[in-house]
Amino acid sequence: MLAQFLQFLFSGVTVGATYALAALGFTLIYNASNVINFAQGEFIMLGGMLAVYFTQAGLPLPVALLLAILIPAIVGILVEKLAIEPVKGAETVTLIIITIGASLVIRGLIQVWLGKNTFSLPAFSGDEPIQILGATLLPQSLWVLGVTALVVIALWYFFNRTLQGKAMLATSYNRVAAELVGINTSWVLFMSFAMSAALGALGGILVTPITLTSYDVGIMLGLKGFVAAVVGGLGNGLGAVLGGLLVGILEAMGAGYISSSYKDAIPFVLILLILFFMPRGLFGGKSTDRV
Amino acid sequence: MKKNVYLGLYIVVAILLVLPFVVPNSFYLDLVIRMAINAVIVLGLNLLIGFAGQISLGHAGFLGIGAYASAVLPTHFGWHPVVAMGAGALVTAVLAGLVARPIFKLKGHYLAMATLGLGIILNIAIRNEAQWTGGPDGMPVPTMGLFGFELASDKQWYWVVALLLSVSVWASLNLIDSPFGRALRALHGSEVASQVVGVDVVRYKVAIFVMSAVFASLMGSVTAHYVGFVTPNLADFFHSIELVTMVVIGGMASVYGSLVGAVLLTALPQALATFEGWETVAFGSILMLCMIFMPKGLVPTLAAKFGKGD
Amino acid sequence: MSMLEVKDLSIHFGGVKAVQNVSFNIDAGIVYAVIGPNGAGKTTLFNLITGVYKPTSGEIKLDGESIGGKSPNELATRGVARTFQNLQICMNMSAIENVMVGAHLRLDRNLIKAALRLPTLKKRDAEARAEAAELMRFVGLDAFVDARADAMPYGALKRLEIARALAMKPRLIFLDEPAAGLNPKETIDVDHLVRKIADSGVTVVLVEHDMKMVMNLSDRILVLDYGKKLAEGTGEEVRRNPDVIAAYLGAHA
Ligand SMILES: Nc1ncnc2c1ncn2[C@@H]1O[C@H](COP(=O)(O)OP(=O)(O)OP(=O)(O)O)[C@@H](O)[C@H]1O
Ligand SMILES: [Mg+2]
Repeated sequence: MLAQFLQFLFSGVTVGATYALAALGFTLIYNASNVINFAQGEFIMLGGMLAVYFTQAGLPLPVALLLAILIPAIVGILVEKLAIEPVKGAETVTLIIITIGASLVIRGLIQVWLGKNTFSLPAFSGDEPIQILGATLLPQSLWVLGVTALVVIALWYFFNRTLQGKAMLATSYNRVAAELVGINTSWVLFMSFAMSAALGALGGILVTPITLTSYDVGIMLGLKGFVAAVVGGLGNGLGAVLGGLLVGILEAMGAGYISSSYKDAIPFVLILLILFFMPRGLFGGKSTDRV
Repeated sequence: MKKNVYLGLYIVVAILLVLPFVVPNSFYLDLVIRMAINAVIVLGLNLLIGFAGQISLGHAGFLGIGAYASAVLPTHFGWHPVVAMGAGALVTAVLAGLVARPIFKLKGHYLAMATLGLGIILNIAIRNEAQWTGGPDGMPVPTMGLFGFELASDKQWYWVVALLLSVSVWASLNLIDSPFGRALRALHGSEVASQVVGVDVVRYKVAIFVMSAVFASLMGSVTAHYVGFVTPNLADFFHSIELVTMVVIGGMASVYGSLVGAVLLTALPQALATFEGWETVAFGSILMLCMIFMPKGLVPTLAAKFGKGD
Repeated sequence: MSMLEVKDLSIHFGGVKAVQNVSFNIDAGIVYAVIGPNGAGKTTLFNLITGVYKPTSGEIKLDGESIGGKSPNELATRGVARTFQNLQICMNMSAIENVMVGAHLRLDRNLIKAALRLPTLKKRDAEARAEAAELMRFVGLDAFVDARADAMPYGALKRLEIARALAMKPRLIFLDEPAAGLNPKETIDVDHLVRKIADSGVTVVLVEHDMKMVMNLSDRILVLDYGKKLAEGTGEEVRRNPDVIAAYLGAHA
């Protein structure tokens, strides 16, 4: 009983950490620009696929991983420069459609380049499972959780202790005021896309040894990351992390105890319930639209 | 200006009347039928997206309900296809109505999320309930009969679909230029302004959402009977995006734009078939380029260029 | 009994107390002005009374009936109309359609009838169009009857908002800075227009920074400062009130 529960919990927390990274990515961009980046999932896919490609090409693991984070970050910047900046201030519907377009392009290019196969990546430190109270934990899960925790701490430090981070935060509260005090808000936009693409890619790399990857995993991962961000109250960084973990855990529990074939539906049922009953998410604040 | 608008309807009808006599072969007739079916769906979706300014990323889910109602109910329960089609539409209306009320209190991104989630859940259900739906492989659909008359040949289907399309264009034009339609457009233009003149915005959004969902469901049934086979792809996220793309390219808030968008994007996969694998890239690029350089879509942009209102 | 009674009305946005314990009454048939420096809470007060914001506390009564917290569309059914300081014109529609939307509640909103374009609906719609054109002429927009909203100059849009509000056939109309951003000639036109509206029997509540216009038009004046009521009375009373002179007029004069 307990062993089984723990087992589900471990797998839930592990994928949940990936959702958390994706959700943080959504949050960063949303705060900087009010855009929901529907291409976020593709960065997760890119991270995993590129890591596979570069390791298979014989590059040493650290170099391969670095490239697999750097390239998606550049792609993120390109998306921002080429697709988001030109339509500054457009309607929500327009922005949603543009980022969906970007996601299709990224996915399509990877499909043409690397094919439709499923790939795996060797775990970073072996596959020997660790036994805990009758449940098994993969060493890779520890990597996922450890790195995610480090990232969250690093982000916290960045936003609360560095000038650049504070500038980004200020922009999210009030763009006009931020501009008035001399913050370069287009730099903020640029940074937020680079950072969230890198975060997504990182999540994709970490989780690939466990879940495998292919050109089309981005949609679901991204959407679940979005669910996590909304669950946490769109725009709330800590909420995004907790939302990610919660979505991951509920998904694993649902798959384990209810029905594994409906696993992918669980986050969406969750989001509908949350939107119905607490539309600002679990951790969102309240505000009145100005007229 | 108003005369102008209905002039387009006569042109559409005229084209539909001559088309079957000029298409070279059954391959093209099939293509035209599929264009027309999509055009009807897109007309409904454009009322929601273009005119009312609300997004739906889950419309293929509703289409799926209609399609599978027409496949499952006659096959497993012996229902008459017309009744099955009605049942599909009814289920769609009820479901859309139930979820719409809470979600239309939300805005923009949340709405996108909720509709998308709903579409995905529907698709997953279709894929998983294999004993009813045939799962990922899909299932055959019995032919549609009406008053002892079997709808079998493509020619017959063509006339049915052409009639549906003409009526839909006419009804859409009517609707837009009515108190109901103006309220829809007003809540898009300024939600608060429409509220203070008395528009119950949630009610209008729900109404148009349900209506466009029912359009999709009915045309899902039509598709199912016409093709004779249904697969879960009909109801997947990508198909929802395709439908939105049709709206966007043809022109948001443009009736004739819906037709152009449907025609172009139905033909596109055909045209791209030679570039195996590049369809997704092409779709994505078109979406982005269109939104960046021609955010109003083809028809309104061209109409503005040639100095006519749409 | 006054037409509108506001008692201890407050709203807070986080820490900002935009309106605090404001009370006043407005009698039917008068022109009532609300003045105060920028950020005093005038627009917020309008938003509260017209249902756009929900009050944190306090009471609003229309004809003795409590309307606090009711939605804007419910208030519209009770004959409350308004314009916006930051234009809220539907740029996706033509000018005359914007005005026709104002008549929303007086038209047949049935979806099915609309889709089928039933003759009764068509006829009524034609009448509504004619009425709207008439209203546009009333507010001085003769030249824009066939215009698209997004092709109109700012001053004309200000008046388009008024025409839309009038299309509701309201009993009570709130005008939020109808003359802001207009040139002196346009300002005089709006001044006359407000007079005409009041003379037609509609109770007018006006926010305006143009003191000449305010003094000229209003029967009574409410002065807000930092969300609080500073003074209330006739123009003469308010002008002589030492608090007002110190806090407001003094600063401007
Ligand atoms: N939706 C809102 N959320 C947060 N603060 C708000 C909101 N609406 C108004 N405020 C604040 O309430 C205060 C009053 O604003 P309001 O717009 O009512 O002033 P006003 O008297 O109309 O000023 P002006 O003459 O400049 O139009 C301001 O400090 C404003 O920032
Ligand atoms: Mg104001």
